[in-house]
Amino acid sequence: MGKYYKALTEPLFEKNPIAVQILGICSALAVTTRMDTALVMSLAVIAVMSLSSLSVSMIRKGMPGTIRIIVEMTIIASLVIIVDQFLKAYLYETSKQLSIFVGLIITNCIVMGRTEVFALKNPPGISFVDGIGNGLGYSILLVAVAFFRELLGSGKLMGITMLKLQSEGGWYLPNGLFLLAPSGFILVGLFIWVLRTWKPQLREEE
Amino acid sequence: MPAESVKRTIMIALGVCIVCSVLVSTAAVSLKGIQEENRRLDRIKNILMAGDLLDGNRDLNQIYEEKIQPLLVELASGRVLQQKDFESGLNIRDFDIQTVAADREHGRVIPAERDAAGIRRMPKYMVVYPVMKSGNVDKIILPVYGKGLWSTLYGFIALGSDLRTVQGFTIYEHGETPGLGGEVDNPRWKNIWKGKKAFDEQGNLKIRVIKGNVDTKKSEAVYEIDGLSGATWTTIGVDNLVRFWLGDEGYAHFLKRLKEEIHG
Repeated sequence: MGKYYKALTEPLFEKNPIAVQILGICSALAVTTRMDTALVMSLAVIAVMSLSSLSVSMIRKGMPGTIRIIVEMTIIASLVIIVDQFLKAYLYETSKQLSIFVGLIITNCIVMGRTEVFALKNPPGISFVDGIGNGLGYSILLVAVAFFRELLGSGKLMGITMLKLQSEGGWYLPNGLFLLAPSGFILVGLFIWVLRTWKPQLREEE
Repeated sequence: MPAESVKRTIMIALGVCIVCSVLVSTAAVSLKGIQEENRRLDRIKNILMAGDLLDGNRDLNQIYEEKIQPLLVELASGRVLQQKDFESGLNIRDFDIQTVAADREHGRVIPAERDAAGIRRMPKYMVVYPVMKSGNVDKIILPVYGKGLWSTLYGFIALGSDLRTVQGFTIYEHGETPGLGGEVDNPRWKNIWKGKKAFDEQGNLKIRVIKGNVDTKKSEAVYEIDGLSGATWTTIGVDNLVRFWLGDEGYAHFLKRLKEEIHG
């Protein structure tokens, strides 16, 4: 079980797809103004990543090298459409807010990257776990960023007021910067800083 | 069979395509019912939102049934059709703007020079949503739509019983750029519409969505709405579609009749 455990937990921090591999930044900025959208997006990415890694790994032995990228894309795109259909059916409000970003999971480099680097060379079971692990790694960062952006930007968490705004008679003056994309960069940067202080082996050599 | 033969490549490509298309179409077809119900509820919610009738604790369907008695209107004459006069294929509950607009009998082509909303075809009939209060029309909620930058915007505009004052405006479906034109569904922006005047006292259509912020000192400010920054084309689209639908091609005839009815 050792290697499964490693495949699941390594991407959480040591090989975090966003903070260490610097993949999937674009959507991390777009959907993190609120916790609920970040959570739904995370679940969607975990589902797409684990299932696409599993399917690619299952046909890896027969996969012709010439068309492997397009085959991977087809599988990922199909899974994304299915996930999108489910969101539209069961989480309509959130899916309206996520709008095109669910569709853009197709172009999320993490998904493509893991199928290409890992699932093509490893058996289905561990590829599936690797997909979940990387999806979770993406989620941890997404949710952490969304936590600070929603709290500081609109004084709420999951849409529930935490810091009462001045405009509603409270004391908190929201920082509008946190609702804009640049704050996502700043928070991701801070996260990388904390991670590298905690795990010095991640630092590049001078 | 070697992994790199042409035959194998074609077989894998075909196999993957067939499996994926079956999965995607199964999901799309089997979830369609629920998705449509969601869309219907979302429309009702937006009608109620435009009319400022939302009540967090109550079921949407229930409020809708209680407060709103939808009417079918013939746009060219402004006449309200009675149930018995409905032509075949028209009914209020399942009235779908696009289907009716595309219908040969019930839709029509808009001459290009008058097509400010950029929609090319429109229904000859529309369903409007009066809000009744002790037997009188308190508000009237009108569906509007038109082209923005990338997509067609669908929304509602609510007028008060004077038929001049905007009581609410919402957009419930669009595909504009998130963060820029997509801000048309931002509640803060929609709130700006409340209390603006759509027509002047002589009944001339005056409402405008302008570029930038409205100068509140101007006497015209009561007719003007701030444009969305970074979304010039969406702003122009909203301006066009609101003016189109409140104008002669849209509800002007109906509003005139209604005014005579209310104010004698």
